[in-house]
Parts: sequence; C-alpha cells; structure tokens
Amino acid sequence: MSQIDHHWQRFTLKEKLSRFSVYLLFMLALVMSMRSVEIIPEFFYDAPEQMMDMFNRMWPIDIAFYPLTVHAAIIETLNIATLGTLVTLFIAIPLALINASNIVASPIAHWIARFFLVSSRSVNSLVWALLFVAIFGPGVLAGVLAIAFRSVGFVGKLLAEALEEIDMGTIEALRATGAPWGAVMCKGYWPQVMPAFYSIVLFRWDINVRESAVLGLVGAGGIGVVLNDSMNLFQWQQVATSLLAIFAVVIMAEVLVVNIRKRMI
Amino acid sequence: MAGLKAVPTTVHANPFPRKPWHSVLSIVAIIYLVYSINTLGLDWQRFIEGLGHADKLLDRMFPPNFERWKLLLEGLIESLEIAVIASTVGIFFSLFIGLLAARNFMPNWVTIPVRGFIAICRSFHPVIIAILFVKTVGFGALAGILTLIIATIGFIAKLFAEAIEEISFKQVEAIQATGAGFINVILFSVVPQVFSRFIGFATYQFDSNLRNSTMVGIVGAGGLGGTLFSAFQRFDYDFVAAILITIIALILFWEFLSTLIRTVFQCRK
Repeated sequence: MSQIDHHWQRFTLKEKLSRFSVYLLFMLALVMSMRSVEIIPEFFYDAPEQMMDMFNRMWPIDIAFYPLTVHAAIIETLNIATLGTLVTLFIAIPLALINASNIVASPIAHWIARFFLVSSRSVNSLVWALLFVAIFGPGVLAGVLAIAFRSVGFVGKLLAEALEEIDMGTIEALRATGAPWGAVMCKGYWPQVMPAFYSIVLFRWDINVRESAVLGLVGAGGIGVVLNDSMNLFQWQQVATSLLAIFAVVIMAEVLVVNIRKRMI
Repeated sequence: MAGLKAVPTTVHANPFPRKPWHSVLSIVAIIYLVYSINTLGLDWQRFIEGLGHADKLLDRMFPPNFERWKLLLEGLIESLEIAVIASTVGIFFSLFIGLLAARNFMPNWVTIPVRGFIAICRSFHPVIIAILFVKTVGFGALAGILTLIIATIGFIAKLFAEAIEEISFKQVEAIQATGAGFINVILFSVVPQVFSRFIGFATYQFDSNLRNSTMVGIVGAGGLGGTLFSAFQRFDYDFVAAILITIIALILFWEFLSTLIRTVFQCRK
C-alpha cells in the first residue's frame, strides 16, 4: 500500500499568502499611524481628572431649563428627523427603482443611480447641513434637507437590494396577463418589498433622530442649537439637561421602532 | 356522466385586498406633512430664493481648487490615523465586551450591565461625544480617537455579541470534552466559527470610522473635518469642493479594498 505522505492543511498557499498580506498591511498602517499621530501624552493622563471636573460642573442638572427652550427644540428635532425621512422617499424610491437590475436593465442607468447613492452616503449629514446652511441660511429648512439628502443613499441602496431579491415568478405571471407597468409595480413588486420597505424606513428614522440632534451645531435647527449656545456660555448644567433630553428621545425612538417592527414582521 | 362542469359563476374575493392600516398610514403621513411644514415655518418663497443661492454656490465651487494640497493631505493623513487607531483599539475592546455581553456564555448579572454600557455608547451621536472629549483632552487627534473608540464599541460589541450567540454549541461541547480550559474553549471553538463574520463587521466599522473621522474635526477633534470647516467659514468654496471630492474618493477606494479583504476571508456580506 502506498503511503499517504501529505499532511492536512487548512488553507492553500495562496490563501495563506493573501491573508498574510492583509495582516501585514494592517500592521504597517497601525505602526505608521501610531508613530506619526500628534498626541500630547500629558493631556491623556490628565483626562480622568478633567472628566470628573466636567461631570462636577454638570451636576446638579438644571431641570428648570427644560420647559424654557429644550422642550420646543426637542420637538423641532423630532420634526426634522421625520420630515427629512419623508422627503427622502421622494428621491430614494425612483433612484432605487433605477438601480434595481430586475426593473431597469440598462447598465448606464445603474451607474448614474449608483453615483448619486454613493455620493449621498459619503458626505456626512453635518457636511450636508453646512452646504444647505450656506444655501438656504440657518434654520430648519437646511436641517430637513441635510437629513433627506444623507438618507437617500442608505434608503436607496437597501431598497434596491430588497427589490433585486424578490421572487420574479409573480412578476412574470402578472406580465403574462397583460398587466400594464403600473399594475405590475403595485401588485407584483410592492407587496413583496413592503415589509423590507417599512423596516428600512423605520431604521433610517431611528438613525435620523440621532443625527438631527447634532445638526444644530452648524446652525441647522433643533436641539443642537440650544446645546451649542449653552456650551458657548459654559452653562454645563444646561448642557446636561440637553444631553439628558437627547438620550431620552433616542431611547424612546429605539423602543418604538423595535416594537413596531416586532408587530409588523 | 358529464365530462364538463359548468363554469362556476361565483364571484371570487379580490386577490389583492386593501389593508386598512395601510390607508390609515398614508393619510396620517399626509396630515403630518402638512402639519409639520406649517409648524416648522418652512415656506416656498425661501426655498425658491435658496435655489438661486445654490446656483451661485455651485459656480464658486467649480472648478475645485487643489492649490493648497499640502493642507488637504495633512488633514487626510490625520483622518486616516484617527480611523486606523480608533478602529484597532475599539475592535480589540469590543472582542472582550462582546464576549461578556453574549448571553450563552455569561450569566445575566454580567450581560445586563455590559449591554447597558454598549447601549449608552451607541445612543449618542459621535459629534456629541467628540465635544465632551474635546473638553476633557483638548483639541486634536486624541479627542477624535477616543470618540471613535466609543462609537466602535457601541456598534461592533453588539454585533459581536449577536454573532457569538448564534454559534453552534456542538463544537463547544467537543472542545470541552477534551478537558480544555475556558480560554482554549473560546479560542478553538468560538473564534473559528465567528472569525469571518468578525472580519466583515470590522471592515464595515472601519468604513464608518473613516467617514466619521472626516467629520469630528468640525468640533475640533482633529482630521479633515477641521480643514473643511475652516474652509467653509472662510468661504473658500472651491477648496471645500476639493476636500469633498477627496473624501468621496477615499470612501470609494476603501469600498474597493474592503471587498478585496472580504473575499480573502470569504465572508458573507
């Protein structure tokens, strides 16, 4: 009997080499960053003390400040998030339809749609807010548009993926009956993507509540304006009130979204 | 024997019934739209006026001005450094925090406080955390790094915990049967099952840290965001355009690289 002399290996040589090069590249990047990043060590050692100082200044939280300005600003923040999410749909749905390969077959159209989706996602909501503040002036309008433009990439991409994953059998059956384009959309595609659509929108709304809380730092309305003002005045107790309000709203939004999704799916 | 039956004339129910909650939802959405536009004081006039400004702004943004490329490169490198260090440290901590939060390995009295900590890390936007860190450690890259570490823990530790909770326990039992200690059980039965998913999460988190590291500079936490914000305040819109193009190119480049890494480690998206 011939002897089997090769021993078992989990990965092939090519796999080993490619894995090793990823590790090497990562270590190289890390070492280079650690060597050249500008950090003042004294500031780092000092951090716990400074942190305690900050919390001392925040305590006791200025509850009386809440009804004065924080409440209205929190409501405004929620409105910015919700309205922004609704406005997004008007741009994201057409882009998602163009981007889904089982609806529009042209590769050029895909590239155009994908370009818009990627640039919407790459530019941060704060940067969008800066741009819109420069265009429309400080205020809620800039905030709503910033939220809307930032969300287009997210909603459009996920919706297009959901559209591509549907069962085409229903669509072909509908087409075979001679149904017009609109009917195929409403009765073929829509019922299949509906659960995904609602969960994407809810998920994005949850993210938007968090994001709209900071838009005010660049002047785009909401609780961020109040936060920025009290920070510039070194009113740390008022800052703590705003932070607590943001925390409460974010938690409530998350609990709401989780519960709705449980009911629906 | 009748071979053929008469065609049934009963009326079928509509195969596409309209769901009532669906109509209610659309009506509520429309009412909300009208209500919120009224209360927020958005008016059409301002929107139309703004479009004129947008035209001017775009005029000034193009062509993008790369003349001050040294400043741009400096910010870009600092952003990259922040993203690399914060992702490494954050993911390293998340490994342990994720394990502590996994309900199939740890008792309740460990997972509940750890999960609470993760939730707190996640509930604040990175910019708010950045402001607090700028107050405690001063302006510069350190504040950015600490911010993104917190953001990473908030997101990745949760995903890690969920991945660990989904593993098959057969391998764990097999390793336990050999008499292995706790650390060996983790290393040889848990890690091989979740490793490729961890790589997937890690590349995703690096992507989001990269985006955020170009933004925390707006509140003074280092990186390209600071350059961008000061360009905005000086109305150098052509330089702003150059920075934005650089950021988009950076993100696209990383997207390409991360697909490569994912195929090397063969993980599902």
